Amino acid sequence: MGTKKTMRQRLVAATLACSAIALTTVLSTADIKSAVAAGAGLGASDQDAPVMRRLTPTQYKRVVRDIFGPGVEIGGRFEPAQRVSGLLEVGTGTVSLAASGFEQYDSIARGIAAQVLSPERRDLFMHCKPASETAPDDACARQFLKAVGEQLYRRPLTDNELSTQVEFANEAGTKLKSFYSGLEMSLASMMVQLQFLFRQETVIPAKGTASRFELDGYSKASRLSFFLWDAAPDGRLLAAAASGKLDTEKGLNEEVDRLLAARRLEDGVRSFFSDMFGFDTFDSLSKDATLYPNFTRTVGDDAREQTMRTVVDLLIAKKGDYRDLYTARETFLTPVLGSMYRVPVTTNLPNGFPENKWTRHEYEPNDPRAGILTHISFVSLHSHPGRTSPTLRGKALREMVLCQRVPDPPGNVNFTVVQDTTNPLYKTARDRLNAHATEAMCTGCHKIMDPMGLALENFDSDGVFRTAENGTKLNTSGVLDGISFTDAQGLGKAVHDNPATTKCLVNRITSYALGRGPAKSEDAWVKSLQDTFAANGYRVQDLMRAIVTNPEFYQVSQSQAQ
Amino acid sequence: MNTSLNRRSVLRGMLSGTAVTVGLPLLDCFLNANGDALAAGGPLPKCFVSWFQGLGFVPGYWEPKVIGENYQVGPHLRAMAAHTKKMNVYSGMKLFLDQTPANAHGSGPAGCLQGSVGNLSLPTIDQLIADTIGTRTRFRSLEVSCDGGTDAFSRRSATAINAGEPDPAKLYLRIFGPDFKDPNAADFTPDPQVMVRESVLSGIKDKREKLIQNLGAMDKARVDEYFTSLRALENRLQIELEKPAPLESCVMHAKVDSVPLGKVVEEARATHNLHASLLAHAMACGQTQVAHLKLGASTCDLRRRGSQQTYHMYTHEEAIDPALGYQKEVEYFSNQSAEALAEFVTAFESIREGERTLLDRSVILYSTDGGNARTHSLENIPMLTIGGGNGAMKTGMHVRTNGDPITRVGLTVMQAMGVSIGQWGTVSNQTSKTVTDVMA
Repeated sequence: MGTKKTMRQRLVAATLACSAIALTTVLSTADIKSAVAAGAGLGASDQDAPVMRRLTPTQYKRVVRDIFGPGVEIGGRFEPAQRVSGLLEVGTGTVSLAASGFEQYDSIARGIAAQVLSPERRDLFMHCKPASETAPDDACARQFLKAVGEQLYRRPLTDNELSTQVEFANEAGTKLKSFYSGLEMSLASMMVQLQFLFRQETVIPAKGTASRFELDGYSKASRLSFFLWDAAPDGRLLAAAASGKLDTEKGLNEEVDRLLAARRLEDGVRSFFSDMFGFDTFDSLSKDATLYPNFTRTVGDDAREQTMRTVVDLLIAKKGDYRDLYTARETFLTPVLGSMYRVPVTTNLPNGFPENKWTRHEYEPNDPRAGILTHISFVSLHSHPGRTSPTLRGKALREMVLCQRVPDPPGNVNFTVVQDTTNPLYKTARDRLNAHATEAMCTGCHKIMDPMGLALENFDSDGVFRTAENGTKLNTSGVLDGISFTDAQGLGKAVHDNPATTKCLVNRITSYALGRGPAKSEDAWVKSLQDTFAANGYRVQDLMRAIVTNPEFYQVSQSQAQ
Repeated sequence: MNTSLNRRSVLRGMLSGTAVTVGLPLLDCFLNANGDALAAGGPLPKCFVSWFQGLGFVPGYWEPKVIGENYQVGPHLRAMAAHTKKMNVYSGMKLFLDQTPANAHGSGPAGCLQGSVGNLSLPTIDQLIADTIGTRTRFRSLEVSCDGGTDAFSRRSATAINAGEPDPAKLYLRIFGPDFKDPNAADFTPDPQVMVRESVLSGIKDKREKLIQNLGAMDKARVDEYFTSLRALENRLQIELEKPAPLESCVMHAKVDSVPLGKVVEEARATHNLHASLLAHAMACGQTQVAHLKLGASTCDLRRRGSQQTYHMYTHEEAIDPALGYQKEVEYFSNQSAEALAEFVTAFESIREGERTLLDRSVILYSTDGGNARTHSLENIPMLTIGGGNGAMKTGMHVRTNGDPITRVGLTVMQAMGVSIGQWGTVSNQTSKTVTDVMA
């Protein structure tokens, strides 16, 4: 033993001494190249194969708190997301885990496991006592790990997986002379494993067809639950998966009805729209404190929540028309948002609900605001820290709401025609952009962004209403795909009526549900979803139902399954 | 127990009973009398830092006039004047777009750091180097960001993107927190918790073959990357169980408290200087040999406090001052970049290792996103290397080429760091020509 250790230490010293020679390269450059080549096709979706998705931070936290209670502290940094085809959710199907990220997830997992098995909490989750606290107890460990494991992995553990986890608990418990420390190590190890961190889907031959494959019951349950609730399947859904209920039309419809009727549907709808509208960028949004002293962190948080409440109210509570999001006068405000919108907001705080600072509000007919594009959330996110940007706003509208790609600016371009804001010749953004558009190579793209963004110029970088820039009255006229308007209300109406608006929503929500863009073989299905969406008055909840009750949602063609 | 590996059996043996205390450092690991080399004969290991800041320098104002030795830097690089003897300046190099569309500020960093303007998923140079020299340190590599965000331009593959740590207080804890073992401490006690964690990770790794057997090529690559990351942590824990070799210049860094993070240029500079100091101390203490730092993004949105405009906006929108011949505000920000780089270099230069300094065994690679931010040009992209990598590179040179691919510099640095690589880059940016003028 002593000899072995010394030899290893000598090896370390030798490696340090001649570091230029790679003694233990983890992967060769050739390995990396082949891995990259394999990954180069990511996102090119002419396949309908299932995608292995990494849990988002929201999903991770929700899964952990659903199992171990809302009081569990989840500290640490999650891996940054990657937006692919307009969605972070699609990006989760293209990423792995970097070394520093793995370290973070390991630390988060150990933090959670320590809380769960702390003397104060462990009795909530343990239904057995070890024979001795200072030694392993396989039977008791197995009982705990089996129950918790099924929730963490969203399916029962295989015999092999379970016995490995019991072995970990045994080995660690022996070494640390503590049953609970051993169990803690084993629990933490489950939460850094692929089966927990990634949503893996299993494919089996579909009943009654030779050429089709489909997801197994547990994979169906996860796909349903993460789409509709942005959470792992609950006990009832796992039981439905185990019993084969999800494989029958009647059984599936029953479970879909239950999920759509639940309050947690709101979580799913929020997560989808937060992703589609790029609200993750609120976390890094900052306005210059000198120029916009009123735009505090609270304003940003409330602005995001305002839009989310408007979405949930219109689409779920009222079962309204998706297009009305762009014209709706009804919204929700807090006193702090009221000060930004210059609207008096009195919260009527009923007894017992002092924390409810939100009040329903309807903009007056003559108010320039209508629709979510005029919310502080949209106009402040798509601005510079110190001033507005019609270009950024137009680009966001094209890309996020209409699913159209705006090309990157060209190389070797001369921008000098756009002077700084203090130039007396160009007082407004419109003046500056007009000057810029004299450059032929810029005009093409600016034409498809600026005219929409300019209609929102009444709203400053912090979202506050203004009528002039540098003393010059603003001209907010614009045009979208041939429809002219004079202000933000007109823009909202044009977006409402644009056929790309609803097509985009169907594309995004289907991609979100699948974790990838729809495949060529799914064109007919997507077309039918668009028709159903129109026929049902553009009700998002009905669209979600149409997606998850169609067998297409769970099927995989033979070539992909193999 | 069929999941056990030999290594785990070894650990079990080590742990049978109480923790082991190892009181004597290994003779092999003693430093020589000067403190700048290991007594066994080899020099202290090489270190590499990739230092990135977007928007470059104004063309015509950074390049030295003299080619070769004894050059003087251009006026916008004057902050680096004190370091010219240990710095190489590369001018006249470019990136070829071939048939790819210009991705305004995206093609440049990809070309400089990944060797390709068309494939943005290739590994970055810091990771290619870490694969060679990062496997026997606690951290394979460390990535940091100075503008409050986590984007850092470091990736190991298409699927493993390294987040930059934005917060120096958290970086401090990661390196010098409770898991740090002072290499100069007389006694060493392996932590039983660490032994158990290492053993469990090793047990997970044993399941790899089973987990990948049913996966398609795309997911297999992602799972492989996951296991590479798992092994990196396992490796770190193994190293924490060893008595580290003494390093005379290693001094535990003073505790770092939270500072305001953000895009105001003073905040970013303060964050940068803490990161610089922590990385230098980490390298002096043998914790890592590879780091990547991002001061600002390629579309650098740092700004003065109270200003409407960001650096990036100024590069495109500020009028050229007819008297000066360049954009005045842009010069302000490029000076900030040069000063920050000088402070970074000073942090390495101020760690003395016998007659030499940490900088002498390091190479710091400065790169940016283009040759002229105002026009998105990819011609004459500024690039610098500072430090000689234990004599692997000559320093104090200004190398000017007439439109050679800038990947030549990256290839040169990788070879100097010991990476076994004969050519680097894709399409017209592929090169097998190192910058021979600076190769020792």
